[in-house]
Formats: sequence, C-alpha cells, structure tokens
Amino acid sequence: MPLLRTVLLRLIGTAITLFGVAVIVFVVIRVVPGNPIAMMLPPGATEADIARLEALYGFDKSIFEQFVIWLTGVVQGDFGTSISARQPVSHLVLNRLPATLELSMLALTIAVLAGGSMALLGTLYRDSKTEGLIDVTAGMALSIPDFLWGLVLILIFGVLWPVFHISGRISPSLNIDFTTNFYLIEALVRLRFDVVGDLIAHMFMPALALGIPLAAIISQLLKQSLKETMHLDYVTLARSKGYSERNVILREALPNAILPTLTLVGVQFTFLIGGTVIIERLFSYEGLGNMAIDAVINRDLPLIQGIVILFALLFTLINLAVDMLYTVLNPRLRHA
Amino acid sequence: MKLTRRGLLMASSAALTTFAIGTPVFAQKIDELVIAYNVNLPSWDPTVGLSAVNPTIQGLYQSVFDLYIPQNPDLSFGSGLITDFGWNDDQTQIWMDVREGVTWHNGDAFTAEDVAWSLRRAANPESGNPIQFIWGKIENITAEGNRVTADVKEYEPTFFKWMSFLTGYVLPKKYYEKVGADGFEAAPIGTGPYMVEKFERNAFVRLKANENYWGGAPEFKTVTIKFVTDATSRVAELESGNSHVTLEIPYEEYDRLRALEGINGTAQPISDIGMIFLNDIEAMTDPNVRKAAAHAIDKQLIIDRLLSGYGVAIDTLQTPDYAAYDDSISVEYSPEKAMQYLAASGYGPDNPVKFTIQTTKGFKPKDYEMVQAIVGLWRKVGIEAEIEVYEIAKHYELRATDTLAPAAFYNWGNSVGDPTTSTGFAMFGPSPHSVWDGQDTFDAILPLWGEKDEAKRIAGWKEVDRHIAAEAEVIPLLQYVQPILHVSGVNITPHRSGALLPHLMTRN
Repeated sequence: MPLLRTVLLRLIGTAITLFGVAVIVFVVIRVVPGNPIAMMLPPGATEADIARLEALYGFDKSIFEQFVIWLTGVVQGDFGTSISARQPVSHLVLNRLPATLELSMLALTIAVLAGGSMALLGTLYRDSKTEGLIDVTAGMALSIPDFLWGLVLILIFGVLWPVFHISGRISPSLNIDFTTNFYLIEALVRLRFDVVGDLIAHMFMPALALGIPLAAIISQLLKQSLKETMHLDYVTLARSKGYSERNVILREALPNAILPTLTLVGVQFTFLIGGTVIIERLFSYEGLGNMAIDAVINRDLPLIQGIVILFALLFTLINLAVDMLYTVLNPRLRHA
Repeated sequence: MKLTRRGLLMASSAALTTFAIGTPVFAQKIDELVIAYNVNLPSWDPTVGLSAVNPTIQGLYQSVFDLYIPQNPDLSFGSGLITDFGWNDDQTQIWMDVREGVTWHNGDAFTAEDVAWSLRRAANPESGNPIQFIWGKIENITAEGNRVTADVKEYEPTFFKWMSFLTGYVLPKKYYEKVGADGFEAAPIGTGPYMVEKFERNAFVRLKANENYWGGAPEFKTVTIKFVTDATSRVAELESGNSHVTLEIPYEEYDRLRALEGINGTAQPISDIGMIFLNDIEAMTDPNVRKAAAHAIDKQLIIDRLLSGYGVAIDTLQTPDYAAYDDSISVEYSPEKAMQYLAASGYGPDNPVKFTIQTTKGFKPKDYEMVQAIVGLWRKVGIEAEIEVYEIAKHYELRATDTLAPAAFYNWGNSVGDPTTSTGFAMFGPSPHSVWDGQDTFDAILPLWGEKDEAKRIAGWKEVDRHIAAEAEVIPLLQYVQPILHVSGVNITPHRSGALLPHLMTRN
C-alpha cells in the first residue's frame, strides 16, 4: 500500500509538473521574437491579409485565450495541428516517438554494457595499469561531447571505412509493412533479421555517439561504488569462504554497489534523450529530436508544444520508474 | 583558436581522406539515384501554408507537380501544362491554353478544369494560399475545351510570371476533392516527372519515374532523396558513396571534393542574392552615412576571400539574369569616398558613427563571416557597427513590423527575375518585406505596380534602382553561386532558380 500511495502521489506530481511545463513553454515560445505568421507573409500582404492569417492560425486571440483553447484540446487528446506539416501534432509526435525511444534504448544498452564492463574490469584489476587505462579512456569519453563523437564516427565508419549508414533510420529501398513504428522491436519479434541488420547499420553510429559519454559516467561511478563495497565486512566474509575475486565482485559487491548507479542511469537517461536532438540532426535520423529542430526553425508553435510536453512526460515517467525500481531493489526502502 | 564542428570536420576529413585505405566506387553504374538534399520537406501541398513559400523545397515540389508555366534552366519561361497564354486587348481578361493528352499520376486525365479549379482555390482567401494577393486579382475563372479564361479584377503585370513561382502549381481537382487535404498529404499526386512512392518525414522520399510524363520520361527510374540537413553529413554521404548528388556544402569542401577522382562539381550563379537592408532609422536617416557604408564595402574581396571566389558582386537588387538588370548602375568600392561622406556629417575613424547590424549565422554560406568582414571594412573609414546575431524567424518578424536594426543582412530569392519581386517588395514601404519608408522611393515605385506598358515598366524599375543606388537605400552584395557535387556517373543540369531537379539528371 505505501508503494501504491507513493506512485499515486508521484503521478499527481507528474500532472502538476506537466501543467507547469505547458504554461512555461506556451508563454515562452510566444514571447520570444519570431512568429510563424511573419514567416509566411507574402510580400504584398496588407494589414487585412495579416489579420486573416493570424485568425486562420488562432494567433489573433490573447495568449491566455490561446492557452485555454489549447489546453481544452489537450485534455481531449487534441494537441492542435502543425503549422508546417499541416498534420495533427499528436499523430506526428507519436509517429516519431518510437524512433527516438529505440535509439535511446540502444544507446543506453551500449552505455550500460560498455560502462558496466569497464567498471567490473577496473575493479577486478584495481590499482593496476589496466585500471589506469580504463580511467583515461573514461576521461576521454566523458570530455568529448556526443556530437563530436558523432562526427568522429562518421569519419571513421562512414567515410574512411564505410560499414555503417550515415543518415536515416532504415534503407528507403527496404519494404516493410509493420504495424507499429517500433521497427527494431517489431523486426525482432517477426524474426525479420534483414530489417534488424539494416536498422542496426543505421542506428549504431548515433547510438554509440549518444552512449559513449554515458558509458564513461557509468564506468566511473560503478567502479567507485564497487571499490567502496569491496572493503565491507560481508565481502571480506565471502572472500574467507573461498569465493573467487570475480565471484565476490559479481555476486556480493555488485548487487549493493549498483543502486547509486541505477539512480544515476535514470537521471542520465533523460539527458541522453535530450541529446538525441543534436545527434538525430547530425545523422538525419527521423526521430523527435530532428523534428524538434525543424519545429523551432519554422516556429511551428503547436508542434514545439507537443514535443516539449512529450519530452517532459517521458522525463517524469522515467524518473518515476527509476524511483520505483530503486525502492523495489533497496531492501531498506522496501521494508520502510 | 576556436574549434568548430565544420572546422573539425574539414581538418579531420582532409587528413583521413589522405590516408583512406579504399575509396568508394563512384563511377559504377547507377540504378537508383540517391540525392542528399539539404532541407526537410514538411508538407506535400505546394500551394498552402509555410512550405508553399519556402524556396528551398521548390525543387522537390517540381519533381512531382507541374507549375502552370515552367521555367527553363536559364530562367526563361517554357511551355508546360499551359502552352500559351495572354491578355485580351484592353487587359481586362486573361486566357490560357491547356496542354492536351496529359495524365495525373493516378491515370486520370488532366483537363482545363484542373487549372481553373487550382486557380479558384488559390484565389480563395480561406484556402491559406500565401500568394492569394496575386491569385485574387482574377475572378470568374472558367474552363471551356482546353482554354481557361478569367476576368481581371486588378491588373497585375507579373501575373503570368507568378505562375512559375511560389504556389504556382496545378493540383488534381477530382482526386483532391475525393481524398481531401489529409488524403492528399498522405498520397500526393501530380502531373510531374516523378511519382511519390514512399515518404518518411524527416528522412527521405522515394520517387518513381512517371513514364507518361508529357515532357518525356526521366532517365533515372527510381530516385531517393534523403533529407540530410547537416552539411558535414552531406559531405560524408557523397564521399562514402552513399549518395550520388548533393548540394549546398561549404565552398572549401566543394573545391576539395571535386578534386577527387570520380567526383564532379558544378557551381553556377543562382537567382538568390545577399544584401544588407538599411532601415531608415537612427544613423541611416543620414544619406552620408548610408553612402559611406555602401562605398566602404569591397564586395569582390569578400567573395574572393570568404566564398573562394564563388559569387557575383552586384550593385542593385537585380542580378544579370533579371529583367530589369542595368549594368550602368554601379556603386564603386572607394574608402576615400566613404570617408568624405562621413566627414561631411562630422564622422571619421576618431569619431565613428555607431549603429547595429543584424545577421544570421550559418543560415547562408559565410553570412556571419561576411558581416564580420564588412564591419572590419567599415571600421577603417569611421563606422563602428555592432553585430547582433539572430535567427531567421526573428528577422521575418522584425522586418514585418519594421523594427529591424539600422542594418540587417539577408538573402533574397527571385527566380522569376521580375523587378517587382526584388526591388519592388524589398523597397516599397507598405510591403511587409520592406523596412525602407522613404517618400521618394515610394512615389517612384507606386505607379509601376500596375504599369501596362512592359517596356515602360522595366525602364521605370531601372530608374528606381538607379535612385536607390545613388541614395544608398539598400546595400546589395552578391549573387550566390550554388555548389552541386555529384559522382561522375551522373550528369547534372543546374537550374538558375536553385532548384535541384532529378528529371534533369542523366547517366554519364
């Protein structure tokens, strides 16, 4: 019951947060210079033409009125119509969300696998040259931003040794008739390994660019936690029972040391999703981030609002999920 | 030294390419043409909304839809869906003859009623056509046989030129009315050289050749246009062999890549120009300051040093391709004259005149760098300009509300080459695209809007340009050159409008 109550309270908090985000983004994008009507004004437009265009897109009303109209629609699932794409915003963002989620999940997987392996190796070979090498690698990985990793990867795996695709999510010549936009997951479920291979060939570089900095963070934090845990009594007890060092790390130290890393991964995952904006643009990946940049360039206010709200919802839900997972995994919180 | 993405790419790319182990086979036979395009296509209806007035995507539209009247690669007007057109003697009516034997992509017959319906729709203020102010100048549009006629509400000398310009596309009446706006967006059809086979927003469009195209079937039967908005990625696309054609890349990269075996390039002037709007506020109300600012800029130096020589210096808002170009109008580079003008108003290097110049950064090739160079040249003569960087959307809003800074860099496109769509809209005070409010220029332009004598109209615009140049009411800088790179297996025919048209590409 306490867990259920906590979840309910967090969901209420999420709703309040989303409302706050909605208010802020709605007001800010209307206050900053650059409105979409000015962008589509014909050279011979008269005052009447401008007024007609403003009325056509609902910009003739006060910000408060516009907000009420928009919010009323949102409550009913209508996020408005994109000015540039002339399609329902909900349709556009929900179509693109799977692409971004799959890319983010692949990046997270790479980060966890790479970062976790580095941490375990660093702990196993602590105070040796191997640990030093891992620290230097992690430092390098962390000090270079993801978009620069993207450029480096394009040069290496796109130009010099062209084994991966530089742009897009899937080859245009590949005919797929999937029911969802979760192409990777659906391709795996349908055992369409030709599609899986093509998707990975497109997603690998952007996912790696996103995952490298997070891998470094995971590596450093998990290694630190593991090293601290290795001095605790129960680990010493395990050693005295004759466990190998590898088993001590994996079976005894890791389950406790992983908790702070899990929290961090949750927080960092939200940053990783935020990072997709630049990376998707660089790799012309058809996700939400790429669409967000176009929306900003075109001052497509309804689309910007929809994307921001969706990102905010994602962030709060991820944080909620991480908190719940932490509660479940941490015996002290579970029994509190 | 500041490390930028572009700088990093150029340095690393050059270095890595030098050591490349294997290079892609550029010359192999191309079955499916792949183009790395520089912008996304937000919407398929070329006649309404924001996309309709975006010059950068007109090439995509022209691959699927036909303009009422097409433009040849040299910007001359051709014969298309409308084969012949004109005014009646007293210019109270227009007529258009429509091509016969044309079919829409779905097999329906194209008729004169399609043209009439498209014009009626465009003229309807509720349709959302941004160029309705032109289309609305005719009424009672009717189709009979293969002829469309309409009454002229208000004489518009450029009416037929607009039929080759923004929103000037013919859409299918029967199909559109059947599927509606959403259905058309999902499955657009036209009469153009290519049919839409697959479209993934923000990713690509796959086109299939229209074998029944009235202008002859295109050579490449399948064309994939990838939307690769990042210039560095477009370079990599071509260099890796993933794409066969790309455009709008940094000139330095253009020079480097076309030197590679298997990659060719074409760089021709297009109808876009770079210019500095002068808003007649603050220091710009002083003609001496404006004239000094104009004379102090060495345009050719900027083109040579910053644009690797790719550009054509201009002194009016007309390029040599435009109808009202007059090479006798010039504004010489003369720092001495600039200093004299400034001295006449009490300014000089020790007592500089101060104002703000706004510019985009990265929207056009070397836009910010050009403004930096101009500010440097101005400083030498006694002008201290502070640079303010803004986004293009802000430029539009400030321009529409006449609140641009005293000077503002901008690029202007005018593929139909008429003076109304360059000098006219840029310099006529009431236009939302103009920030110049001078009465002399207003009085000179006003009678030209409806001038029925074409020779007199063009001569009138030349005089306006002469006056504007003499008074330095705007600072035209250069005509842009568009770099297109392609593998040696493809022949490209560049179009002066800047539209990259796959149906003009052939195998080498």
